[in-house]
Amino acid sequence: MSRLNQRPAGLHLQGVSKQFGPKDAPVRAARDVTLEVDHGELLALLGPSGCGKTTTLRLIAGFERVDAGTIEIDGALVASRSGHLQPEKRRVGMVFQEYALFPHVTVLANIQFGLRRMRADDRKARTKEIVELTGLAGLEERMPHELSGGQQQRVALARALAPKPALILLDEPFSNLDAGLRARVRTEVSDILHAADTTGVFVTHDQEEALSLVDRVAVMLNGAVVQVASPYELYTDPATKAVAEFIGDANFLPGIGQGDTIECELGILAARRPIRGPVDILLRPENVELLVAQPGLPAARVRKSLFFGHDQLITVQLPTGTSITARSGPSDGFIPDQPLQVAVHAPVIAFPRNKSGS
Amino acid sequence: MSSGKGSHAPNRRSIASQVLRNAYASGPLSHAGHATRLAVHRHFGFLFKTTVLLVALAMLLPPAYLVYRAAGVGLNELTSLLGRTRILQILWNSLLLTCGVTTLSLALALPLAWLTERTDLPGRKVWTVLAMMPLVIPSYVGGYTLIAMFGPRGILQELLHPFGVERLPSIYGFTGALWVLTLFTYPYIFMSVRAALHRFDPSLEEASRSLGYNGLQTFLRVTLPNLRPAITAGGLLVALYTLSDFGAVSLLRFNSFTRAIYVQYLSSFDRNVASLLSLALIVFTIILLLLERNSRGRGRPRYYRSSGGVVAPRKRIELARRKWPALAFCSIVVMAALVLPTSVILYWLLRGLAAGEPLAPVWAATLNSFRAGALAAVAAAALGLPVAYGAIRLGGRLMTFAARAVYLGYGLPGIVIALSLVFFGANFAPWLYQTLWILVFAYVVRFLPQAMGAMQISLSQMNPRLEEAGRSLGLGNRAVFRRITAPILRPGILAGMALVFLTTVKELPATLLLSPTGFSTLATKIWSATDEAFFARAAAPALILLAMSAFSIFLVLTQEEREVSGG
Repeated sequence: MSRLNQRPAGLHLQGVSKQFGPKDAPVRAARDVTLEVDHGELLALLGPSGCGKTTTLRLIAGFERVDAGTIEIDGALVASRSGHLQPEKRRVGMVFQEYALFPHVTVLANIQFGLRRMRADDRKARTKEIVELTGLAGLEERMPHELSGGQQQRVALARALAPKPALILLDEPFSNLDAGLRARVRTEVSDILHAADTTGVFVTHDQEEALSLVDRVAVMLNGAVVQVASPYELYTDPATKAVAEFIGDANFLPGIGQGDTIECELGILAARRPIRGPVDILLRPENVELLVAQPGLPAARVRKSLFFGHDQLITVQLPTGTSITARSGPSDGFIPDQPLQVAVHAPVIAFPRNKSGS
Repeated sequence: MSSGKGSHAPNRRSIASQVLRNAYASGPLSHAGHATRLAVHRHFGFLFKTTVLLVALAMLLPPAYLVYRAAGVGLNELTSLLGRTRILQILWNSLLLTCGVTTLSLALALPLAWLTERTDLPGRKVWTVLAMMPLVIPSYVGGYTLIAMFGPRGILQELLHPFGVERLPSIYGFTGALWVLTLFTYPYIFMSVRAALHRFDPSLEEASRSLGYNGLQTFLRVTLPNLRPAITAGGLLVALYTLSDFGAVSLLRFNSFTRAIYVQYLSSFDRNVASLLSLALIVFTIILLLLERNSRGRGRPRYYRSSGGVVAPRKRIELARRKWPALAFCSIVVMAALVLPTSVILYWLLRGLAAGEPLAPVWAATLNSFRAGALAAVAAAALGLPVAYGAIRLGGRLMTFAARAVYLGYGLPGIVIALSLVFFGANFAPWLYQTLWILVFAYVVRFLPQAMGAMQISLSQMNPRLEEAGRSLGLGNRAVFRRITAPILRPGILAGMALVFLTTVKELPATLLLSPTGFSTLATKIWSATDEAFFARAAAPALILLAMSAFSIFLVLTQEEREVSGG
């Protein structure tokens, strides 16, 4: 709409809201969600379970009606408060969490399910194409229950992609696979989606999955999209304390912002952005450095260490009693109660502390 | 299928054993593990095995005797018999009724199940219970209420009499039988389809919607095919019930197999024709079972499941203004199947009481019913326990054979067992014929599977290590059984006995054929009073029976729940 000379966004949500339950005590599953996905882009919708990401997906697919806001797919309005395009008319492919393969028909019939309006030879060609793309050749006559989890996943993907949808939605597509299979299938799916050149949104609660698979991640918390950014930006420059807490390991240290610097118990630290008043300083464990204790200065003490092989997490107690965790190389040895000096890589990010103290 | 009965006997036997194996495999027995066999003391073991063998042989007596009788019919005799009994007409009648009842039941059950399970129908929990309740009405009580309402000298005619209506359209024959059997058996389909809908993953429907199919297309192409196993299973129960039902067809004078057998027995006392008809009915039953088996398809799971884990929160379909026709539909079914029958019974009860209908015969019949039921329950428990125990704990050929022989009773229509025992008793055991004992014997043949089922559930839930622990603590075989096995099994045994008691009280055809002269029960009282249009006389027994029947269905349902949760 706003970009007249450009191709319309693959998906555009504007102020979408949805609530469930009784009117007097509603559950607000989606609050004023605004989101834009470029044509051909794959976006991850990341959030803890119950944050409203699946509801958002179902609103886009048309399984739920929006209470407010609009949804456009390739520039065409599909949902608003007054209008609701039926799911079968939206050209949205969906890969369900449990795959939802039709158990009563073969793999081939599953894949061809959405192709009934095609001419027979077109259908044949498209089926062949999609079977090859998803690497399902040879499995066409199997029944869904005769497939492994990874194969079922690919059938679900093939079925959704076959009718060349304008948009493909994936609901926790990897959560049903065991850990060993997950990494492999994840790459496979990502390759297939790129090859198919479809706009896609996938929902996950697994940050590693989201961060490693896509170019942009939308973080959703309590029904609202809090930040849309690249994985790098999300990690290094989270928009809110909640995002910082949700993505990666985080320490928070109270401090007082004084413009370009922040004063805290570790001294005066440079702030990345000017800030004033009481704040919580974000310290990623890898930005905390543990040094040999210096005589005369108050020392922190080692309380706990978790050894992972490639690195280790050391929890130390500062002289004031606050505990923070640091990441350290595998070769450094730490013994309980050992005195240490703590240093921090600056500049640091801080979030204004809200009055309630949370 | 009519010629050369004798020469095909081995083949038929193999079909029968296949059917049985099928029934056996889906029964609770399939949990029996061969790893849990116990070493049994040799002396005790011999006694035990003899008992089990005797029970098995006793169970096989009625069908075996029928085959023996039928095999004795010569070819010439056979052709003339077939001509006389118009067997094709009977076959056609039974086929028509079975198909009609199954189709109509489906037409009632499917919308009811869908409405209560998948939509926001107001009061759907209440409707669910109400829709299942017609199951408590035995077919002959249903037949009685229909005749007492719409039949000659029924309520409707009395109401219309002042307006000069002398005759109502007849409810006898096909229409009446179809009406009664449909209304009181559709819950079998309702329950199985409802359970399947409950398990059904709604994301399958959403997947179909997102692939371009509208609501109706989705129902036809995705939902319905996935309900097929449940529909077939429920439909089979309805079809088997219809085929073996005696009460409704005999009261409504529809000449299907069971009534034809009874009429033959009454009019000519012709063993051969009746035996032949009985065998034909058994063959019909087996064909039905085989059809169901084939329709399941090979190598496919009976109940489809896409995957385990969390099922998406269920979204009910909003009926909006469509809820009015939906409510009307539910109301009509419940009115016809539940409210009308009970009102008719209550009406005639009150009228009978007002007219001074004597209650003494009712009490006598109730006592007789209770006596026969109690004897059958005790006998079933005593005979079923060794067989159940043997099949679950010991295994081996004899025990498997015995368990299968017992389950044969499930497949045999009551009238067939009764008839066979009438002939057998009259020929070979005159000292037994016309006593209560042969009636109890018939009950045991019919209902032992129920007793055994309940006991086997308890047995299979009991860890055999418990018995081994008893042995290692120094208890002998008998002491282990008395002090460990029996107390743990007690609830199962009691449940089995209660079931046998209650179904025995409801039983009609065997009671009618095998009761000693002058011995009438609640069931026979209702049947004969209805047959003679003494509607008030049948009301009190019908009400007592209904209450007991409701209790027995409740027992079955809770038992099934235990089976499911304990499985």
